[in-house]
Amino acid sequence: MSNNNSLGKVFFNGLITENPTFVLLLGMCPTLGTTSSALNGMSMGLATMFVLICSNAAISALKNLIPDMVRIPCFIVVIATFVTVVQMAMEAYVPALYASLGLFIPLIVVNCIVLGRAEAFAAKHNVISSAFDGLGIGLGFTVGLTCLGTVRELLGTGKFFGMTLVPDSYGSLVFVLAPGGFIALGYLIAIVNKLKKK
Amino acid sequence: MEYILIFITAVFVNNVVLSQFLGICPFLGVSKKVETAMGMGAAVTFVLALSTMVTFLIQKYVLDAFGLGFMQTITFILVIAALVQMVEIILKKVSPALYQALGVFLPLITTNCCVLGVAILVIQKDYNLLESVVYAISTALGFALALIIFAGIREQIAMTNVPKGMQGTPIALVTAGLLAMAFMGFSGIGA
Amino acid sequence: MLNQIILEESNMEKLKSTLPNMLLSLTIICVVASAILASVSQLTAGPIAASKAASLEAAIKEVVPEFDNKPTEEAYMAATSDGDSLRIYPAKKGDELVGVAVESNTQKGFSGQISVVVGFDVDGKLLNYSVQQHSETPGLGSKMQEWFRTDKNHQSVIGRTLTADGLKVTKDGGDVDAITAATISSRAFLDAINRAYSAFKSTDMVSSATSTKE
Repeated sequence: MSNNNSLGKVFFNGLITENPTFVLLLGMCPTLGTTSSALNGMSMGLATMFVLICSNAAISALKNLIPDMVRIPCFIVVIATFVTVVQMAMEAYVPALYASLGLFIPLIVVNCIVLGRAEAFAAKHNVISSAFDGLGIGLGFTVGLTCLGTVRELLGTGKFFGMTLVPDSYGSLVFVLAPGGFIALGYLIAIVNKLKKK
Repeated sequence: MEYILIFITAVFVNNVVLSQFLGICPFLGVSKKVETAMGMGAAVTFVLALSTMVTFLIQKYVLDAFGLGFMQTITFILVIAALVQMVEIILKKVSPALYQALGVFLPLITTNCCVLGVAILVIQKDYNLLESVVYAISTALGFALALIIFAGIREQIAMTNVPKGMQGTPIALVTAGLLAMAFMGFSGIGA
Repeated sequence: MLNQIILEESNMEKLKSTLPNMLLSLTIICVVASAILASVSQLTAGPIAASKAASLEAAIKEVVPEFDNKPTEEAYMAATSDGDSLRIYPAKKGDELVGVAVESNTQKGFSGQISVVVGFDVDGKLLNYSVQQHSETPGLGSKMQEWFRTDKNHQSVIGRTLTADGLKVTKDGGDVDAITAATISSRAFLDAINRAYSAFKSTDMVSSATSTKE
């Protein structure tokens, strides 16, 4: 097995085979809560991806220094540190985005994906492949959120990344609101299931 | 009056699951049977009230007092994790019956984002201690209410003939969407 | 070579779960984490403050006529009729007061606080407003930044001269059209405007303008 192949495998595993949004169904809260527009969804995905890469790499580097019985609290501290770094950086440099994502940025800490990858992958593999796993899963999450955000924004307001495609009045507002989030995600997962069977 | 308003808003109008999107994982995961939904609801109510009280006091008397605001996320999540562990140990010793009923749900609560979410929200909303606790309990009751209704619906869905592609999570999500739509009918009450 | 690094598990011994080990590793991780956070928070404190100041200044510029003083440095507090107080930024051209910006807020929003910067001219005419922060429902209450300036039916509040009674939505017997399907957000928005006006009213604009003249 060549080196590129194994890293690529780790990467595509996260992006497609174990896509967190459509296959593993993890991290549903930010998935639904931040996808009222495509831009918000994508930003949330990228923020989560950054935390995933950093925490995966850090935990993998520290894995031999952490006794098994306290590993969960240690993982949580590492993750929370990176989340707070992201939070402060966003508040400083992209305040508008920080305001619209709001509560969901600190909540990356309790996103099951991050802790799940730390436990299932980073604690058993070395730094480089852990970082790649973080990149793959993070990108998979970003793609999922962007898809859902695009669908909701398009159906709800007739816009695509803020550009008006069809006039506002044709939009069906319910897709931007809470119920539309659930329904749009339900149908997207059904479509993905259908495609997978083929 | 103010407390009643907080209560109604948190349970019905701004229901944590159906309009604020917090705690979706247990909402989808532990809602196949009404009985387990009740257990989860009770466990969340208990932990949420306790953890909000503790994190509120820590924020006011430790973080604010020493200008350590940047440690908020890290401190809160550790406090919640420790509290859940403690509750588990105490419950095991003091009331094995209750532990039997709630025990399996407790480890799941640490990663339930509505616990950390509420802890941060009460600080953002600038509530006082009593308001925070009322808000926490009402939010948890709202969570339990949504969970139990949803579990009841899912028990019925399990017996019906769902189109193949929609089986499992997709139909559950669409159902949740319809439920959220029903809860939107409460908007406007109390404000 | 690289292949080896990737596939080969390190031979380093894992620390055993003894009490001193556990305490030590947890403590070290916590200390390192707080050190990182403390330094990042210091690093970002400047930019955060700067970006907040910049958005406030942009809002002030938007809501009052052209000025050549520094309103943020001459800001003062003024009491509202409901016992609160709001910050007022006087805008002057030369020595003449051309308008004021009031940083107002309300807790009556559908979900949480709404902050608005409202501009008045010296006669109490509403010049413009800028919504700074809100968490209203996207697509409904969030329309307020555009809705209340659109010149259609009785939507716009721009150019109205306020009275002590304040503005009200038509549902409450007023003459401002509420945002469709978002009456609560609209009421809250008007509450913020009315609070701004009451703070503006409570200060003696003329004397404050002359007092800084010297």
